[in-house]
Amino acid sequence: MTTTISEETVSAKTVKKVELSNEEVLRYSRHLIMPEVGMDGQLKLKAAKVLCIGTGGLGSPLAMYLAAAGVGTLGLVDFDVVDFTNLQRQIIHFTSDVGRPKLDSAAEKIKEINPFVEVRKFETRLTSANALEIFKGFDIIVDGTDNFPTRYLVNDACVLTGKPNVYGSIFRFEGQASVFGTKEGPCYRCLYPEPPPPGLVPSCAEGGVLGILPGLVGLIQATEAIKLILGSGDPLVGRLLLVDALGMKFRELKLRKNPECPVCGVNPTVTELIDYNEFCGIRGEETTANMSQSLPEISVEELKKKLDAKEDVFVLDVREPHEYQICNIGGHLIPLGDLPKRVSELDSSRNIVAHCRSGVRSGKAVDFLRQAGFTKVRNLTGGILAWADKVDPKMPKY
Amino acid sequence: MKIHIPTPLRQYADKHDTVEIPASTVSEALNALIMRHPDLRKHLYTAEGKLRAFVNVYLNDEDVRYLADKEATAVRESDSLSIIPSIAGGCRP
Repeated sequence: MTTTISEETVSAKTVKKVELSNEEVLRYSRHLIMPEVGMDGQLKLKAAKVLCIGTGGLGSPLAMYLAAAGVGTLGLVDFDVVDFTNLQRQIIHFTSDVGRPKLDSAAEKIKEINPFVEVRKFETRLTSANALEIFKGFDIIVDGTDNFPTRYLVNDACVLTGKPNVYGSIFRFEGQASVFGTKEGPCYRCLYPEPPPPGLVPSCAEGGVLGILPGLVGLIQATEAIKLILGSGDPLVGRLLLVDALGMKFRELKLRKNPECPVCGVNPTVTELIDYNEFCGIRGEETTANMSQSLPEISVEELKKKLDAKEDVFVLDVREPHEYQICNIGGHLIPLGDLPKRVSELDSSRNIVAHCRSGVRSGKAVDFLRQAGFTKVRNLTGGILAWADKVDPKMPKY
Repeated sequence: MKIHIPTPLRQYADKHDTVEIPASTVSEALNALIMRHPDLRKHLYTAEGKLRAFVNVYLNDEDVRYLADKEATAVRESDSLSIIPSIAGGCRP
C-alpha cells in the first residue's frame, strides 16, 4: 500500500529526469548511506514538489527540515508580515525580519539552508478561486494554517485534486496530526463533517500556544511528507495522532473513511470548491463590527479624563488572571467566563467601563450585562492595547 | 471509567484533564459528565440534544459513531472515553 502512495506521489518518470551533483552527493551523504533512503530515495526527494500552506508555527520547522532533507521544490503560501509575537515559535523568522513579508523571510532562510531547493512563493491568501491552480504544480500539500475555513478548503482541494494532505493542528500544549486525502484513507471531513460555530473554539491568538509545540507537530508533518515521498514506513493514514506536550503522551485514534462523506464518500455532494467562510459561519470582520456598532463604547482618552477627574467610573477587567499579571489599569477582575455567576459583584447604578486586551471579549461582556439589565455599561474601544498606545506608552503589550 | 477532557473544554470542567465516572454505557458516562459539569453541555450537545458534529467521542481508540451499538455501547471500568474536538491552530496571528 505504501508503494502505491509513493508512485502516486512522485511519478517514476519525474524521478528518472533528476540527478545529483557531486556537491549534492556530499550534502546528502547521511541519507545516501542508509538503505531506507539511498540514491533512489534522495532522487525521489529531489523530484518531489511539496506545498506548505502557511509559514507560521507549523510551517517554519517543517519547511526548514524539508529544505535540509533535499526536497527539490518547496511552495510557500502566505500573505502575512512577521511581527514580534511570532518569534516565540516561528523559528524561520528572525528578530531582524519583523515587518518583512513572511514569504521573503522564509524563502531567504530556505535558500541559506539549502541552495539546491527551488522555492516557489505564493504571496496570497489561499482561496476557492486560486487553490486548485496553485495545488496543480505540487505532489503533496502540508497544511499549517490557523483557521477552519482554510482547513476545509485545503482538505476539499486535496480530495478534488487527489493529493495527500499532511495535517497538523495545535492548541496550547496539545496537537493533532494525520495524513488525509489519500485514495484509501479518510479526509478531514470524515473526521469533522462540520466546523464549530465561530467563537466556540478559541484561536491561538486567544488561547495561546506553547512555543515548542508547533515544532513537535510541524516535524511530525515533515516526517510524514518525507515518508510519503520515499514510499516507506507506515504513514499516518487512517490514524489521528494526539500529542500532549505537558503529559508528554502520544496517543493514537483510528480514523475511518466515511462512505457518506460529502467530499470523499461514495456519492459526494461537494464536487467543487465552495465558500468556506460561509460554510464556517464567518462573514469577515463584519460580525464584530456590527456588534460593536450597536454597543456603547468609550475611548481610552475619554476614560483617562474621567479617571483623572475622579468621576464615578467602575472599571471592569474581563481578562484572565494571568493576563492581569502582565499589565492592568487597576480594574476589578472578573474573567468573561465567570461573569454570569459573579454578576452580583457589580452595581448596576454605577458607570461601568468593561475592557479586555483588544475589545472583543469586553464587547461580549457589555452585551451580556445589557441583557442582564445594566444600562450604564460601556466597552473600552481597543482594550488595554489602545491604552498602551495612546495613554501609557510604558505599559507592555502582548 | 476515565473520561479525557481536551484542553479547549477544560475551562468548562473545573480545569480537570480527566474525570473518573462510574457508568455502564457510553451515553451514561456522558450524561454523568454533564451532570457534574453542566457548562460542558452546550459545547458537547446541540439544543436538540444531539452530539455536535465537530465533537468526536472515542471509546479507547475507536470512534463511537462506528461502534455497533454507538452510544449505547457497554463500557468497563478499565475503558477510557476521549472527547476530541476540532482545533484549527497552526498559529499565525
